[in-house]
Amino acid sequence: MAMIEMKGVSKWYGTFKVLTNCSTKVEKGEVVVVCGPSGSGKSTLIKCVNALEPFQEGTVLVDGISVGDPKTDLPKLRSRVGMVFQHFELFPHLTITENLTLAQVKVLGRSRDEAIERGMKLLDRVGLNSQADKFPGQLSGGQQQRVAIARALSMDPICMLFDEPTSALDPEMINEVLDVMVQLAKEGMTMMVVTHEMGFAHKVAHRVVFMDQGEIVEDATKAEFFGKPRSERAQLFLSKILHH
Amino acid sequence: MNLDFSVVGHSLPYLWKGMQYTLQLTATSAVGGLFFGTLLALARLSSIRWLSNTAAGYVNLMRSIPLVLVIFWFFFLVPLILQGITGAERPPQVGAERTAIITFIMFEAAYFCEIMRAGIQSIPRGQVYSAYALGLTYGQSMRLVILPQAFRNMLPVLLTQTIILFQDTSLVYVISATDFVGAASKIAQRDSRLVEMYLFVAIVYFVLCYTLSYMVKRLQRKIAVIR
Repeated sequence: MAMIEMKGVSKWYGTFKVLTNCSTKVEKGEVVVVCGPSGSGKSTLIKCVNALEPFQEGTVLVDGISVGDPKTDLPKLRSRVGMVFQHFELFPHLTITENLTLAQVKVLGRSRDEAIERGMKLLDRVGLNSQADKFPGQLSGGQQQRVAIARALSMDPICMLFDEPTSALDPEMINEVLDVMVQLAKEGMTMMVVTHEMGFAHKVAHRVVFMDQGEIVEDATKAEFFGKPRSERAQLFLSKILHH
Repeated sequence: MNLDFSVVGHSLPYLWKGMQYTLQLTATSAVGGLFFGTLLALARLSSIRWLSNTAAGYVNLMRSIPLVLVIFWFFFLVPLILQGITGAERPPQVGAERTAIITFIMFEAAYFCEIMRAGIQSIPRGQVYSAYALGLTYGQSMRLVILPQAFRNMLPVLLTQTIILFQDTSLVYVISATDFVGAASKIAQRDSRLVEMYLFVAIVYFVLCYTLSYMVKRLQRKIAVIR
């Protein structure tokens, strides 16, 4: 059974169709990169996985549980799916430690000590244990994003979603975040990553999904995608971003 | 004109009692108004149509009628309504002090609602997403993530509204509750010292409100630096 399975997902904003019949899969332990021009629906697609965006047609299964089913306990499902956002979205009124422990205590019911221990271990892992008592606003963008990854990992997720995790970062901070993600991928974490970082895709992705105008145009292995994409639109996209 | 301010000195204990009631009414109404105002704001922002419409209707109604009228209605009409419901022989009295507290909370809730609504809307949508993504429920996301930030952003406006509320509480004189102004006017009429008493009351209000506004302004500057 696939960890994430999307079948014929369509979504409208009013009369505007943002997703058209999207189907793809992420197997356990697989890293899938979703790319495409801006406005192609990548972020919307990944937000459908944990129901941050509702969709009108199709099904999404996460670990066999139907996301669109009104009977599904969404908070419980979401607590098992880690997510990292473009703009970090740490809670600015809480310290780094509190950011890391809040959901562990309130959602998973861990004790404060247990949550702190887990949080600190992950903070250490992303190389930021000296920042535990600071507030998010006192950290650089790259540091904030690493904390956000640690926060998602502190919930012991079964898979991770990344929504353009490096797009809002200054160039010199992109690598510190990508390094953490590469490490995570190598350890076998199931990951769905919306990104323009083709270097990252080259290094760790198993498959690449290419989207354009709300449709999944290409869903291929990494070698196939970078070797010779079948669709013209993917070829055009690659030629545009790989020149430099 | 001969002015004799000794009347102020003589009546200080009585005036202090009035001031205590004013402060108590202000504090209770501010806390109650903020609590119900926040609930109203959440209702107004709800995607459930009837809930947001009801809340919006209530807020617009309260904001469109003068406070004095609300106080009057509550004081004179509610006993009659209660009588109609319970079928009692005489209209049950709500009492001036209870009327004052209930009407002020009801009235202020409408104003605090609009402030909290703006505060909640000032928090980026991504904060809600990330709270949800961690598995927090709607209630937890609001209580632990969104409202603390909204409250902090809106603190200067909330305090300014509370200063206005502090002045507005003087309206309870219309139902003969003895607040600071009420106490002063009773003495003024008893001793025929209207000018002295009302001058004194004005000065006290001015000093208190001006000092508080100044402190809010400083707080605002401090918050701006943190952000």
